[in-house]
Amino acid sequence: MTTLPLPHSRRQVQAGRLGRKRAGLLGRALIYTLLIVGAGVLLIPFFWMVSTSLKEQWDAYQFPPVWVPNPPQWQNYPMALTLAPFHVYFANTVRIVAFTVVGTLLSSSLAAYAFARLRAPGRDSVFLVLLATMMLPYAITMVPVFMLFNALGWVNSYKPLIVPAFFGNVYYIFLLRQFFLTIPRELEQAARIDGCNSFRIYWNIMLPLSLPALATVSIFQFMDSWNDFLGPLIYLRDEPLRTIAVGLAYFVGSNRVGPQMHLMMAASFVALLPELILFFFAQRLFIQGIVFTGVKG
Amino acid sequence: MVAATAGRPPRRRGRLARREAIECYLFMGLALMGFLTFQAGPIGASAYLSLTDYKLLGAPNFLGLGNFGRMLADPLFWQSLRVTVSYAVVTVPAQLALGLVVALLMNQSVKGIAVFRTIYYLPAVITGVAVAVLWRWILNPEFGVVNAVLSYIGITGPKWLSDPQWALRSLMLMSLWSVGGSMVLNLAALQGIPTELYEAVEIDGGGMWTKFTHITTAMISPVLFFNLVTGIIGTFQEFTRVYVMTRGGPVNSTLFYGLYLYQNAFAYLDMGYASSLAWTLLLIILALTLVVFRTSRLWVYYEGSAERA
Repeated sequence: MTTLPLPHSRRQVQAGRLGRKRAGLLGRALIYTLLIVGAGVLLIPFFWMVSTSLKEQWDAYQFPPVWVPNPPQWQNYPMALTLAPFHVYFANTVRIVAFTVVGTLLSSSLAAYAFARLRAPGRDSVFLVLLATMMLPYAITMVPVFMLFNALGWVNSYKPLIVPAFFGNVYYIFLLRQFFLTIPRELEQAARIDGCNSFRIYWNIMLPLSLPALATVSIFQFMDSWNDFLGPLIYLRDEPLRTIAVGLAYFVGSNRVGPQMHLMMAASFVALLPELILFFFAQRLFIQGIVFTGVKG
Repeated sequence: MVAATAGRPPRRRGRLARREAIECYLFMGLALMGFLTFQAGPIGASAYLSLTDYKLLGAPNFLGLGNFGRMLADPLFWQSLRVTVSYAVVTVPAQLALGLVVALLMNQSVKGIAVFRTIYYLPAVITGVAVAVLWRWILNPEFGVVNAVLSYIGITGPKWLSDPQWALRSLMLMSLWSVGGSMVLNLAALQGIPTELYEAVEIDGGGMWTKFTHITTAMISPVLFFNLVTGIIGTFQEFTRVYVMTRGGPVNSTLFYGLYLYQNAFAYLDMGYASSLAWTLLLIILALTLVVFRTSRLWVYYEGSAERA
């Protein structure tokens, strides 16, 4: 299989490009045309969202549509955010996301270090069993886990959404283990001779050398928690506890809102904004993470 | 691994190895506890519940395989299976093909390709409720942008999500928006193909088409295979988008399996039946994956394993 070890992937990409002949003028024109048309089609939904969010209510319901609102109605944004308590939903979501990111980084990297470096009888069988659970549909465990949290009295609190993150995520354990395996052993051996124990090696050597992989895990976990819908839908009953995803979904069907698509789009855009920002700043990490776990499968 | 420590005196090695083993399991501790609490335990519980009529309130009564018999006679179960399979049959191959075409375009050495890659990849990363809400508006029959564009070229667009004939097709269309995920994987695979292989074809007098059919498709077939498996599994777990966009309607035309399962568990609190639906789902996924694996020998090429095949 094509292997793309993370630290080398860029060099390989460049080698691939250099080896290819440049397309002719006509070929290039065709490629550009196709790419530009495709990009236009893919960007229209985003344009439509922003455009609608800046329209007057009347203009949102015009046919043929008003493409560029004039003048843009910036006050739609503060209006949308107070129509439902979106600022509360935001704060709630940020809190859950922060806890799950910290939890998953800690628990997954600890296990990944064990699977990459520490030898023990049965370790590889344990790893295989963990990997097998990746195949398991979420639906299998959904009902009993709900019963468990219900019995603990945790329903209608954030605990069911946060606590599991502190007990490792197989996908991230796998990703981090693969990364740890690419780190040369010499550093650790030197540290070991100087009397470092395993935890010091993990904390002072492995983690600082794995910042790109840890960043990838943080980003994936951020996106996951930020977008999680089923979890908050099942576990959160009271309105003030809602996350942005659930709040937005209720906003769709609420008759308190009515036909106010301009405000809906403003709220949706604000909900997407953290993801958009993260994507533009960390695109490389996204791609590396996906390629790393995907291609190596 | 064993050979590396073979030179040391045996007793010392035994003590060190034992210590390392204990450390190993300590480091795994949280993950192992998580596995037992949130995976292994619930899997067992779910298997038992699938044989009962558990409804959250009151004790479960043992039904044996009753739930599975009920499933066979449940028209909504069959409907959800029909919806999910027809969606997968269309969108998974379409995503694969389109993803490959886009990746081939992206693999050309033209200026500004990084910008295009960002644009194409963006919709695959941005998911969740906000996107579902946006697409409801895009597909709005009266004021949506799709029907507006269609009207410019003289076509009266369908009613999309509110038409039972079109609702599932609407979701299929929407899925093509996130083709970037498949593109990124294909692109990485394309860039990993050694150029010597193409040069070899050139020396033999082969053209573009020979290169594509003999080198490119063979070398990226593992990625296509991976995309195929994950695509099928993903379709069977489709939930958020359908819940927000259609709730399975109109007239159950978009009742995906994952949605039907959720409804049974948390809307009707029919948790025994929901558990048996979950186990059926697992069996379906396992069967499909097995079929794909079995047939993969015919079309997936793994570098370095040519002799064995």
